[in-house]
Amino acid sequence: MTYPEKFRYTKEHEWVLAEGDTGTIGISFHAQKELGDIVYVDLPKVGAMAEKGKTIGSVESVKAVSDIFAPVSGEVIAVNELLTTSPEKLNEDPHGAAWLFKVKLSAPDEVAGLMSAADYAGYAGDE
Amino acid sequence: MTAPATPLRKTPLNATHRRLGAKMVDFGGWDMPVQYSGLLDEHRNVRTAVGLFDVSHMGEIEVTGTEALQLVNYVATNDASKLSVGQAQYSGLLYEHGGFADDILVHKVADDHYFLCVNASNQDKDYDHIASHNTFDCTVENAGGRYAQIAVQGPRGLDTLQKLTPVALAEIPYYHFKDGTVSGAPARIARTGYTGEDGFEIYIAPEEAPRIWDELMAAGAEFGIKPAGLGARNTLRLEAKMALYGHEIGASITPWEADLAWMVKLKKGDFVGRDALIKAKDAGLSRKLIGFEMVGRGIGRDGYEVHLKGAPAGWVTSGGPAPTLNKNIGLCYLPLADAEIGRAIHVMVRNQPVEAVTVPTPFYKRAK
Repeated sequence: MTYPEKFRYTKEHEWVLAEGDTGTIGISFHAQKELGDIVYVDLPKVGAMAEKGKTIGSVESVKAVSDIFAPVSGEVIAVNELLTTSPEKLNEDPHGAAWLFKVKLSAPDEVAGLMSAADYAGYAGDE
Repeated sequence: MTAPATPLRKTPLNATHRRLGAKMVDFGGWDMPVQYSGLLDEHRNVRTAVGLFDVSHMGEIEVTGTEALQLVNYVATNDASKLSVGQAQYSGLLYEHGGFADDILVHKVADDHYFLCVNASNQDKDYDHIASHNTFDCTVENAGGRYAQIAVQGPRGLDTLQKLTPVALAEIPYYHFKDGTVSGAPARIARTGYTGEDGFEIYIAPEEAPRIWDELMAAGAEFGIKPAGLGARNTLRLEAKMALYGHEIGASITPWEADLAWMVKLKKGDFVGRDALIKAKDAGLSRKLIGFEMVGRGIGRDGYEVHLKGAPAGWVTSGGPAPTLNKNIGLCYLPLADAEIGRAIHVMVRNQPVEAVTVPTPFYKRAK
């Protein structure tokens, strides 16, 4: 699996794309593969405060519930409504159309502390 | 991570699952395939075509001798004296206090031979339990090591298996079995299953299992056969409202509460747990198992609390998405007075009450 170079990654298998003071957040290809068929995504509300390392939502497959941990801090400014009606998109396009939510970064320095694509690919160990 | 105290047990098909790219999990101490192509795909394939399951982890116990029937009827709740040779029945193994030690399938092989299929993680406990009550003229054998078990489930299961056996499968009624051969090897072929579909469970020698599995996959190719894992097995059985030990039933649950009164035959004579069951019935039940469907957004899962009018009232025994129905379903225990269809309940999903309603079960019933 090739992980997008412009994303930064967490050990909990989320990714962040920082553009100006906006951070777009999703889960990695590895995460969706481990979860299996995703049937439900619980997203934060616009206006909620994401706090780095804290639970901000959940992703459910047929078998299991997995928490989403905020990879960075900031106010939630958008959520991906596509996932409300089509949670399976997370299996199909986790690095693209199936982003989870966007935040207004309150501590942009947090992004640099996350893993690069190369480091994450090694960490996830996908074949 | 610390290493498990004991290595995981493996079925004779372990290498086969790995070759097929299965995702393996620790299931009650067994290294088992949870999914291959994907849980939803496997689930739907069993409902519409045919799926192949390795259930070799299940235990087998043989009771043989002139008083085999007396022992079986003393440890199990159903009446094994009603069985003909070649017939199987669902039954319960209870403790003296009326709670479940296990749920089992009793097969009558001969007047002096009963073959029990028991849950994987309970097999040693069940064997000890049955042997401890054996004051009869018969022998109890913990025979799990002598059998592999493969389940061929789905509307094309019969067509698949028929290509490998001379036994006329269409002549075996539901919950009956015949001893014959599959791929030339001796096999006990039972028309039973844990999916809510038509199908067969075959008991074979462990050393024959890899070859027979491959031949079944080849035989079923024209019908769209796919291997199916424990994940699909669980969603399939939940749709069909079949009990899972440790969830709907367990040591603190009686058959009355679990909606399994039909497998208890009080009139057949004494059996382990009978006195407690009579007392429990006279005293009146406090809770009962009932099905529910989620109304609000959210999935009620195993162990989640159920609230009635804002107060804790019960718990979810099994819950999750029902792939055939495109709904989120579950089973839960509720106070008897509230265990009625059409009751508005709330399932606590991560500390948030989510609306649900009690519904009739089974959630899914195949067209005959």
